[in-house]
Amino acid sequence: MNTAAVVAQKFSFWYGEKQALHEIELNIPDKAITAFIGPSGCGKSTFLRSINRMNETIPGVRHDGDIVLHGQDIYERGVDVEDLRTRVGMVFQRSNPFPKSIYQNVAYGPRINRGLARRQMDELVEKSLRRAALWDEVKDRLGTNALGLSGGQQQRLCIARALANDPEILLLDEPASALDPIATQKIEDLLFELKGQLTVVIVTHNLQQAARISDMTAFFYLGKLIEMDATNTIFTSPREERTDAYVTGRFG
Amino acid sequence: MSGSDLGPGLRHFHEQLAELRRKLLDMADHAEQLVDQSITSLLGRDRVLAESVIAGDKVLNSLEIEIEQLAISLLALQQPMARDLRSIVGTIKVSGDLERVGDHAVNIAESALRLVDEGGAITPSPELEDMARRSRAMLRDALQAFTNADGSLGRDVCKADDAVDALHNSVFRILLTHMMEDARTITPSLELLLVSRNLERVADLATNIGEDAVYLAEGKQIKHHFED
Repeated sequence: MNTAAVVAQKFSFWYGEKQALHEIELNIPDKAITAFIGPSGCGKSTFLRSINRMNETIPGVRHDGDIVLHGQDIYERGVDVEDLRTRVGMVFQRSNPFPKSIYQNVAYGPRINRGLARRQMDELVEKSLRRAALWDEVKDRLGTNALGLSGGQQQRLCIARALANDPEILLLDEPASALDPIATQKIEDLLFELKGQLTVVIVTHNLQQAARISDMTAFFYLGKLIEMDATNTIFTSPREERTDAYVTGRFG
Repeated sequence: MSGSDLGPGLRHFHEQLAELRRKLLDMADHAEQLVDQSITSLLGRDRVLAESVIAGDKVLNSLEIEIEQLAISLLALQQPMARDLRSIVGTIKVSGDLERVGDHAVNIAESALRLVDEGGAITPSPELEDMARRSRAMLRDALQAFTNADGSLGRDVCKADDAVDALHNSVFRILLTHMMEDARTITPSLELLLVSRNLERVADLATNIGEDAVYLAEGKQIKHHFED
């Protein structure tokens, strides 16, 4: 497997008094797809959001241990959080495009982060929409409001918006759970295309989805990482009894 | 994590898994019985029993098809994972092996019929009876290992195969001696050699099932010394 893009070392996390993560130790391979699975409340989304420090927007939280992104400890003093979130893009369960044009949605990040000439910006918008497999569907109406797109298109637009910042890592929290099978298939195809270009980490409740698209799968339960292995191993012969019980639907 | 508080959907799936298991056990019982009867018909020169073995193989064939159909629909509709996946795929393979066991029993019964017709005086050596006993025991243990997901019993079955192979070699040498001493024994000796060969194959199939039991129980592939 590739070298690690993200390394967690004894990472723990608390919401006030409640401990949500217990000493998570794992390596997320570079330029591959890693899936986090586990029942609701198991900590998988909390861990995902810890990778770009998204949890810090919640009052009363604290953490212990480290998360190292391509050699840099992201919780170190002096780390620019805005810069971190440019390097680690995120897409949520419910698509959340800005109530602006399709073009402006994609150009939003680069406009703030980089001073690009109009022509370069046009190229970047096209490239990002192409990477998100949306270009052909929207190229004739870039100026129209993004909220007029279908749910699946909006979600791919959010992926395009994240890709426009050229992130090293793309985090996705249940990106397809509100979509129909065809829109879901498009998102999965797109993630497949992105593999090899950047590191993808996806939280999903859909085990078949995790099995179909990911290279590695991590199973979380009650705030602990129970087992992480090649996806094929997790879904055919996991080491841990609890993983077996979860993936066969016996609990969770 | 127990199976007692399953919802109706998962309960339905588990009932179908149990049904699949019942069919496999049925098939296993039947296959063992055929091997048993084929050997008895051979030793006792029992034409009626040999003919019933040949007729009884049909049941195995239709059970194999039923198992395959149920297993394929479970794979398609339930998308099973981990232990359930290994169990269903294993069941398909084991039912194929049992169908082959039935074919070997039929071959032995056919040899028995030809030996009855031939009416020669040559008696099967004790080695052949020993082989029959061991192959049947291996088959029984392998199926028990598979149905109980008992990896250690599965490994024992694989180890037991060497003794049967060695017996097959002894039978071959004994029959060769007969044939060299007295040309009139050639025809019955060749029949008995075929019987020995069929028993050796039954033991090989039992070994396959033992390997499948290990994979089911432990998720480890031990075929072709894969583990080493």
